[in-house]
Amino acid sequence: MALRTLVSRKTLRTSSLGLRGLQTFSLPDLPYDYGALEPAISGEIMQLHHQKHHQTYVTNFNKAIEQLDGAASKGDASTIVKLQSAIKFNGGGHVNHSIFWKNLAPVREGGGEPPKGSLGWAIDNHFGSLDALVQKINAEGAALQGSGWVWLGVDKELKHLVVETTANQDPLVTKGPNLVPLLGIDVWEHAYYLQYKNVRPDYLKNIWKVINWKYAGEVYEKECP
Amino acid sequence: MAASAAATIVSPFKCGLFPSQGFSGSTRSFHLRKNQKRTVRKAVVTAKIDLKPPPYSLDALEPHMSRETFEYHWGKHHRAYVDNLNKQTVGTELDTKSLEEIILVTYNKGDLLPSFNNAAQAWNHEFFWESMKPGGGGKPTGELLELINRDFGSFEAFVNEFKTAAATQFGSGWAWLVYKANRPDVGNAVNPRPSEEDKNLVVVKSQNAINPLVWDYSPLLTIDVWEHAYYLDFQNRRPDYISTFMEKLVSWDAVSSRLEAAKA
Repeated sequence: MALRTLVSRKTLRTSSLGLRGLQTFSLPDLPYDYGALEPAISGEIMQLHHQKHHQTYVTNFNKAIEQLDGAASKGDASTIVKLQSAIKFNGGGHVNHSIFWKNLAPVREGGGEPPKGSLGWAIDNHFGSLDALVQKINAEGAALQGSGWVWLGVDKELKHLVVETTANQDPLVTKGPNLVPLLGIDVWEHAYYLQYKNVRPDYLKNIWKVINWKYAGEVYEKECP
Repeated sequence: MAASAAATIVSPFKCGLFPSQGFSGSTRSFHLRKNQKRTVRKAVVTAKIDLKPPPYSLDALEPHMSRETFEYHWGKHHRAYVDNLNKQTVGTELDTKSLEEIILVTYNKGDLLPSFNNAAQAWNHEFFWESMKPGGGGKPTGELLELINRDFGSFEAFVNEFKTAAATQFGSGWAWLVYKANRPDVGNAVNPRPSEEDKNLVVVKSQNAINPLVWDYSPLLTIDVWEHAYYLDFQNRRPDYISTFMEKLVSWDAVSSRLEAAKA
């Protein structure tokens, strides 16, 4: 399932700093239509989530990087430091959502099919069963206060699986430098509110029908060959 | 947010038909409310926190804030905070405390105890409903306006600062106008603005459930910027929600009363 990550036709920006080789980030295309994950996640949510929320993170991330570049070349240390939160928020938002779109797939493209291969085995080994893992992720996702993410990750040094949460748009790596995300579920209210309203647990219950375990398995096999 | 379990709090009030009558003796109001008789229930066995309806009907703020939003925001979110707080405090030493006391105790110098979120959110939402009114907006008057001009330069400058705080509170949280007496060491928390002069108005923002009570500030006005507060009406357009709040919803009467009480 090829994922186009080049500058998408939706992103008309050209980097004014191309001469200095400053990377501009762009909104990745979804590898499926907005409505393809229904009824688990509505097309309305997918479109807003991708075109508005993720796009805003990309736009503001690029702005922050530009400002960072300017401050760095001027040796303006305090501005460099001041920009860190904008970079974490917006860069984290871009990183996390880019993973999230790959974590989802329409049913007819394998969404919801349980993990096979070494990841499936590792899940059974570490959590007892896939169901036990799902219950754990859902419990932690439901209990998260405010905005954030719940993750299934792998510690690439210790080679074991972890379930973690992060606040706001903090990437998983903020919980441990060796943690690699396999699967993240966005529990910001924007991810589910129009459809599930306040009932986050129902969103968590239903999202498993469109979780793309194939992708998670590929990442796992790369880290734990 | 966990879904509200079968909410069996028996409230004498139907969905916000009439202004609340300050029924709960345990929710010590932080401010004087004009034109409201208070019925304090005596000899309360448990200090159960009540879910008070907003001081207007659920559709009274249409089209700026929809009835549907209120049905979820008050009817589900706020109700769940109250229900869950009561479940957490029943039979514990928090049971006998007022809501403000519970907030301060469970803030625990930033190492939040389990009841903090529910307690603070229960308080925040009640304060938020009372910060709005049908036909709200416009400009403040009298002493409040004087202080705003003194401490922000102009009303417009205040509005800009408040809107910016609300728009830049990343993730879930609140933006506040507070009255701040100069008490740099507040004991329970790290004062975010310790160097400001005495007795002035300040705009602050806070994450998740945190509110300025923990900094020993006197809240005067708040806007909820959790996504659930605006998503049904504005989707991702938080700035539009904030502008609508300022132009059409703010109850400057409430803010003035709170200022009076804070200075007293």
